[in-house]
Amino acid sequence: MSYRVLHYINQFFAGIGGEEKADISPEIRDGLVGPGQALNPALNGEAEIIKTFICGDNYFANNIDAVCAQVVALVKEAKIDALIAGPAFNAGRYGTACGAVCAAVAKECNIPVITALYPENPGVDLYRKLIPIVESSDSARGMGKAVPAMASVILKFLKKEELCKSDHSCLMEKGIRINMFYDENGAERAVAMLVKKLKGEEFTTEYKMPVFDRVEPRPAVKDMSKATIAIVTSGGIVPKGNPDHIAASSAQNYGEYDFANVKDLLQNEYITAHGGYDQTYANEDPDRVLPVDVLRDIEKEGKIGKLHNKFYTTVGNGTAVANALAFGKEIGQKLRDANVQAVILTST
Amino acid sequence: MATIVPISVSVGANRIIPTVSIPYPLGNPKLNPVEEKNLRRQLVEKALKALQTDVTEQTVFTE
Repeated sequence: MSYRVLHYINQFFAGIGGEEKADISPEIRDGLVGPGQALNPALNGEAEIIKTFICGDNYFANNIDAVCAQVVALVKEAKIDALIAGPAFNAGRYGTACGAVCAAVAKECNIPVITALYPENPGVDLYRKLIPIVESSDSARGMGKAVPAMASVILKFLKKEELCKSDHSCLMEKGIRINMFYDENGAERAVAMLVKKLKGEEFTTEYKMPVFDRVEPRPAVKDMSKATIAIVTSGGIVPKGNPDHIAASSAQNYGEYDFANVKDLLQNEYITAHGGYDQTYANEDPDRVLPVDVLRDIEKEGKIGKLHNKFYTTVGNGTAVANALAFGKEIGQKLRDANVQAVILTST
Repeated sequence: MATIVPISVSVGANRIIPTVSIPYPLGNPKLNPVEEKNLRRQLVEKALKALQTDVTEQTVFTE
């Protein structure tokens, strides 16, 4: 007896229509539809697509919880053993839908799930920690590669077999660290890796460095004498007492402080909350980290239009990149809403 | 404005002004208060100049 698989697809891959049909409500069909015709043979007869759940991408986006609940109900009612969603490639709403239904089914039904997305699909960042995602190309041209990879992984999950190397290489990292046991200690492994590197041989790192994104440089400020300039710091300068309790390391938040009437950051009125450098000098004169005194002079001289009345601060000390990114996005949005033209960011 | 320029480069800053030292990027406790404020002023003016300069790639403003 083969395992019973449910396949989730959108209106486009079901052949119902494109954007003009994106608001169609869910429909359940028996057997295969669209990409299921490629997926089913790849399951080798060990598993079979029993039902296909079709939903318009806009309908899904407007009814996420309700559609997820419908998928969960179908899994229980039809005694489904595994859910395959997509592949959704670089389709944003479809990818998010695939991630959401997989996450809901994994949580509520505790059965294996899989989807396949392009790395830049927004569904990846939303769901990569919760569900296994096969890396696909950006368009349906990559169907031929994504389908066997999804089939291989889901069959291993169903049969409770270990994933092989090629399965791991096509799955996106969940960003979870697992304790491992090795025969050689860390120093020995590091030296072995270095020797390989020196010889120009291939080696595999045990801890990848984060990849930072790049942004296009913004154009120059045309007329500084009319510009509103803001200041932001990762050096932890806060009003005395650190009212928002910004942590000395691994910051979980940032502070927003009105300093419209402050001409100079004075000792005992402002301090640093940063726990990663000697605080003596910053506490003695916080302008050494956030140059308010000088900027007030420059503002008075009319060389800048205005110093924005709020400054933003966090502690850049072992702070998670994901947190820093989130702080930066929020602060950037607030500054944009306040019509700030340029920002000086100081870092310790 | 940061002291460890390679970090600013690796995280993707586009206009970078090297500063004095980690615990006092925009100051120097060895100077008297007037000299120190002058130093800070020069650094901030450098930043304002960088903001008024068009760049096409990550740029470290050393001058």
